[in-house]
Amino acid sequence: MLQKLFTFHGGVKPDSRKDASTCRPIRPLAMPAELVVPLHQSIGGTPRPLVRVGDRVLKGERIGAAEGPVSAAVHAPTSGTVKAVEERTMPHPSGLPASCVVIETDGEDRWIEREPVPWKSMKGDELRDFLRDAGIVGLGGATFPSHIKLRPATAPTHTLVLNGAECEPFITCDDMLMRERADEIVRGAGIMARMLAVERVLIGIEDNKPEAIAAMRAAVDGDIQVVAIPTLYPAGGEKQLLRVLTGVEVAAGRRPLDFGLQCFNVGTAYRVARAIDHAEPLISRIVTVAGNVEEPGNFEVLVGTPIDELLKAGRPRADTDRVLMGGPMMGFALPTTAAPVVKATNCVLAGSPSLLPPPPPEMACIRCGTCADHCPADLQPFELYWFGRSHNFGKAQEYHLFDCIECGCCSYVCPSHIPLVDYFRFTKSEIWARERERAAADIARERFEARNDRQEREKREKAERLAAKADATRKKLAETGAGDGAPPSPAEEAKKALIAAALERAKQQKSSVKARNTENLPADKQAEIDEIEARRARSERRTVEPPEPS
Amino acid sequence: MSHSPYLRESRTVQQIMLHVLLALLPGIAAYVWQFGPGILIQLLLASVTALAAEAVMLKLRGKPLGLYLRDLSAIVTAWLIALSLPPIGPWWMIVLATLCAIVVAKHLYGGLGQNPFNPAMVAFCVMIVAFPALMSQWPAAGLDPPQQIDLILGGERPLDAITAATPLDALRTGLRTGGEDARVAEITQGPAFGLIGGSGWEWVVAGFAAGGLYLLWRRIIGWQLPAAFLVTMALTALLLWGMHPARFASPLLHLASGGTVLAAFFIITDPVSGSTTPRGKLVFAGGAAFIAYMIRSFGNYPDGIAFAVLLMNICVPLIDMYTQPPVFGHKRGSS
Amino acid sequence: MIAALLVMAGLALVLGAILGFAAVRFKVQGDPLVDKIDAILPQTQCGQCGFPGCRPYANAIADGEADINQCPPGGDEGVRKLADLLGREYKPLNEEHGVEKPKAVAMIDEQTCIGCTLCIQACPVDAIVGAAKQMHTVVEADCTGCELCVAPCPVDCITMEPLSETVQNWKWKYPTIPIGKAA
Ligand code: SF4
Ligand code: SF4
Ligand code: SF4
Repeated sequence: MLQKLFTFHGGVKPDSRKDASTCRPIRPLAMPAELVVPLHQSIGGTPRPLVRVGDRVLKGERIGAAEGPVSAAVHAPTSGTVKAVEERTMPHPSGLPASCVVIETDGEDRWIEREPVPWKSMKGDELRDFLRDAGIVGLGGATFPSHIKLRPATAPTHTLVLNGAECEPFITCDDMLMRERADEIVRGAGIMARMLAVERVLIGIEDNKPEAIAAMRAAVDGDIQVVAIPTLYPAGGEKQLLRVLTGVEVAAGRRPLDFGLQCFNVGTAYRVARAIDHAEPLISRIVTVAGNVEEPGNFEVLVGTPIDELLKAGRPRADTDRVLMGGPMMGFALPTTAAPVVKATNCVLAGSPSLLPPPPPEMACIRCGTCADHCPADLQPFELYWFGRSHNFGKAQEYHLFDCIECGCCSYVCPSHIPLVDYFRFTKSEIWARERERAAADIARERFEARNDRQEREKREKAERLAAKADATRKKLAETGAGDGAPPSPAEEAKKALIAAALERAKQQKSSVKARNTENLPADKQAEIDEIEARRARSERRTVEPPEPS
Repeated sequence: MSHSPYLRESRTVQQIMLHVLLALLPGIAAYVWQFGPGILIQLLLASVTALAAEAVMLKLRGKPLGLYLRDLSAIVTAWLIALSLPPIGPWWMIVLATLCAIVVAKHLYGGLGQNPFNPAMVAFCVMIVAFPALMSQWPAAGLDPPQQIDLILGGERPLDAITAATPLDALRTGLRTGGEDARVAEITQGPAFGLIGGSGWEWVVAGFAAGGLYLLWRRIIGWQLPAAFLVTMALTALLLWGMHPARFASPLLHLASGGTVLAAFFIITDPVSGSTTPRGKLVFAGGAAFIAYMIRSFGNYPDGIAFAVLLMNICVPLIDMYTQPPVFGHKRGSS
Repeated sequence: MIAALLVMAGLALVLGAILGFAAVRFKVQGDPLVDKIDAILPQTQCGQCGFPGCRPYANAIADGEADINQCPPGGDEGVRKLADLLGREYKPLNEEHGVEKPKAVAMIDEQTCIGCTLCIQACPVDAIVGAAKQMHTVVEADCTGCELCVAPCPVDCITMEPLSETVQNWKWKYPTIPIGKAA
C-alpha cells in the first residue's frame, strides 16, 4: 500500500554526509574510570539524589528519583562507588555547572537484580510509573519524559508515529540503530501502540537511508508501516514529520495527542523495549562520533561518560578546533569536552575550520525573503530579526516568535549571513526572563499588600483593644461609683456590643491569616513554627481578654 | 563563539547581484545593437559614479569599505539608472542621477537594506522633474556612435534630426495633437513603432525578458512580482482598449514598450524597498502596474513606472502588515 | 474648482468623523493609570524611590508628584517603559536614589543570628521566617533583594548574595558578530 505523503513549507537540503559513520557497526566503548551523571537530564523537575558520597551502587540502580509531575529517574550506568555529588560542567551552551552524581567505576559492571516486567497484566498507570522510574525520556533531543506522552488523551489516539527521519547532517545513530536493532524498535513500538490503543503505527524514515528502511521493513508486520519520506531538512521535526506523514498540522500550543497522534523517536521505542523486556533502565545510548575524525562511527555509550573519552575513540584529527554536541544545524559547541554524555547526546561532532567554516561577516538584511521561503514554520524570520534587534519583544511575539523551532534553515540560506537563529534565541530567552521577573514581581506585590493589610489590621486591633479596655474601666467605674450613677444608656450598650463583635471578627480573621509569612516550608520547619505560633496564640489570648480591673 | 547552524549555503548578496547584472546583459546587447554604443558609456559613467559615491558614503558612515563595495548592489542600481535614462543624455545628467540614488535614496536612508524607496526610481523621478526636456530626447535608431558620444560629452543638440520620441511619447503626442480624431491604429503606423512595440525597442524588451526568465530560473526572483505586474498591466490595458480601441493602445503595446518588462523583472523586484510577503508581492506589483498604466494613459509623463513604484514603496509597510502569511499551526482548519 | 474643493472638504469631514467615531467606539478600557504604572515597577518594595513601596510611588507618579527616574531596581528599562507609557521624555536614572545593581537575595548567617526579629519586621514581603530568640532564615524564592533587612540587624549577620546563573535561568546573549569585521 502506498502512503499518501504531504509536504511542509520551506526546508533546506544540506549535504547529508552520513556515509562516513555508517560503514562501521555500532561499537562499545571502553569503561571510563569515572562517570559523571547529571541529575537533571530531562525536561521538568530535577530528580532528587538518592545516594550519598561513599555509597556503593550497582549498574541500573536508581540514583535520582523523579521529582514533580514532569520528571524521569536517573540511574547508575555501571557498578562502582559514589565519589561525589557535586556541581559539574554540563554539556550545555552556557557551560554552567549543575548537580551531578560522580561514580568511580569498579570495572565489574555488576547489574542490580532484574526481572522482566509483566507489562501486559499491568495497569496503564503502573506501567507508566515503571517507565518513569526506568528513566525513559525522548531520545530525539528534547528529552521529554516518555511516560507522560504515553498517557492516552480524552480523544482516542489513532496513529503512533515513530521518528526515524534523522534529518541532520552527520548524525547516524538512529540510522544504525534501525539497521542493527530493528526487531527491538518494532517491539517497543508495539508496546507503545498498545499503551495508547492506536489503530496504526507509521515509521517515517528519510529516503537517504535505504538500508535502515529495508531493515525496518523486514522487521515489521501487521499494523506497523515503514514509510520512506523525501529527504528534506527538517523533516525530523516532530510537527513537520506528522505533517508529512498524516497531513495534520498540529496547531501552535497544542499537543499532537489533541489530534489523535503521538510521535516518538525510534531510539525511544528501542529503550522502551529494553526497559520492559530486560528491566534495563536508560543508562546508555547510541552516539555518533563524526566530523573531523579518522574513524567516524557509532558507539554504545554509558550516560555520564566524559565526551573526551568518546571523542578519543573516533581519533580526532589535529586541526579540530571545536567539538559540537548534536548536528551542525541545531547542535552547539561544547564549552568543554570534559562534560559528560547525557541522554540527549545524539552526536559528538568534531569541527575544523574547513569542515564547519567560521561564519562569514554579517551584512545588512536586504529583505530578500529567502529566509521566509525556507522557514518550515512559515515565519517571516527577517521581521522577527528586526524586532529582536530593536528589542521590540512584544512585536516579536505577535509575529509568532515562539513557533520558531530553531531549525536554522533561515540562517543557513541568508545571503547576508545574518545569524538569525541567534537573534531568536536571544529574544526568546529575554522574553522568558521577563516573564520570570514579572511572575516574581506579582508574588512580591501580593505579599507586600498582604503584609500591609496585616499591619493595618494589627494597628486597628490595637486601637480597638484600647478602646474596649477604656470602656470596660468606665463601666466598672459606673457600676461601683455611687456619685453620678446613671445606668448605661442604650446607646452605650449598642456601642459596646458593636465593639465586642468587631473584636470577635478581628480575632477570627487573625487566626485565619496567621501562617501568611511561612509558606513553602519543609515539614520539620513547619512543625517548629506551628509550635511557636501556638505559644504566641496563647499569650495573645491572654492580652486580648479584658484584664482584671485594677 | 558562533552558534548553530554551522553550515551555510554559499549564495551571497554578491552572487545574487552578479546574477542580476548577468541577466541585464542580453537587454544591453540588444540596446547597443539597435541604438549604438552610447548606452555603454552611460553604464560606465553610472558604475564609476556609483562606486565612488558608495565608497565615500561608507567611509563617512564608518562602515567596512571592502565588504559592502564588493556586494555589487551599487552597480546594479547604477545600471538600472543608466537603462532608464535616455542614452544620449549629457554626462552630468547620469552622474547626477546616480549620485542622487546612492547618496540620497540609499545612504541617507540607512544604506543597504534600509532604504524605503527604490534608489534607481528616485533618481529617475528627480531627473524627469528637473530636466524634462533632456529626459525626452531618445536617439533615433541608427544614430552614429561619434555623434552619440559627442552628445554625451555635452555637444550641441540639434534636436529633431537625431532624436526620436519613444513609442509611448509618440502615442501621447499623436493623441494630443490629433484631438478627437486621432486613432491609435494610425499613430502606431508611424516610424517610432515596430511590429508590436517601439521599433528597435522590441529587441531590447526581448533581451530584458530573456534576462528576467534567467533570474526566475535561477530562483533569484520569485514569480509573484513579475507575474502580477505584467498581468495587471495587460488586464488594465485590455479593459480600456476593449472599451475604446481607438483611444487606447493595445495590451501588447503596453507590455512591449516603455519600461514595462525592465520594471517587471528588475525594478520592482528590488527586495529592499518592495513587499516581502507572498500576497503582499502580488498587491505591490499589481498596484504599481495599475498606477503606471494610469499615469501613462492619463497623466502628463510619458511613462509612469517610476512614480508608480515610489508610490507603492510608501505603502509597503501597510501591505506587509496586512498580508502576513499564516504561520504553521495557526492556519485555518488546523486548530 | 469650487466643486473640487467642496468634495475634498466633504471627504475630509467624513473621514474625520469616521476616525473620531472609531476612536470612541474602540477605545480600550484599560486598567487605571496607577495599575499600569505599578505593573511596570519591579515590586522590590525597597523604598529607594523615596516612597514606602512601589504602589505609593506609582500613585505619586500618576499624580505627577514624582519623576519617573527614581526606581533603581527597575533600572534603565523601567524608566524607558514608564516614559513610553506616560508619553514623557526618557531621562537617565536619578543617581540620588541609587544605581542599578544585579539582582541579589539576602542571606542570614545562621551562626551569628541572635533571633531579634528586627529583620522580620523590616522585610516588606514577609520573606524572613523565624521567631524571637530563634535563628532566622530568608525564603530565597520570596526575597526581592530590597536590602531593607540589612541595616536593622544588630549583629550585622545579613549579607546580599548576587543571584547566580544556572543552566535553567541562563540567557542567550545578544549576537555579537560585529558587522563586517572579518571582511
Ligand atoms: S534571508 Fe537574510 S537578507 Fe534575506 S530577508 Fe532573510 S534575513 Fe534578510
Ligand atoms: S530557525 Fe525558526 S525562523 Fe528560522 S527557519 Fe527555522 S523555524 Fe523558521
Ligand atoms: S525604588 Fe524600590 S520601592 Fe520604589 S518603585 Fe522601585 S522597587 Fe519599588
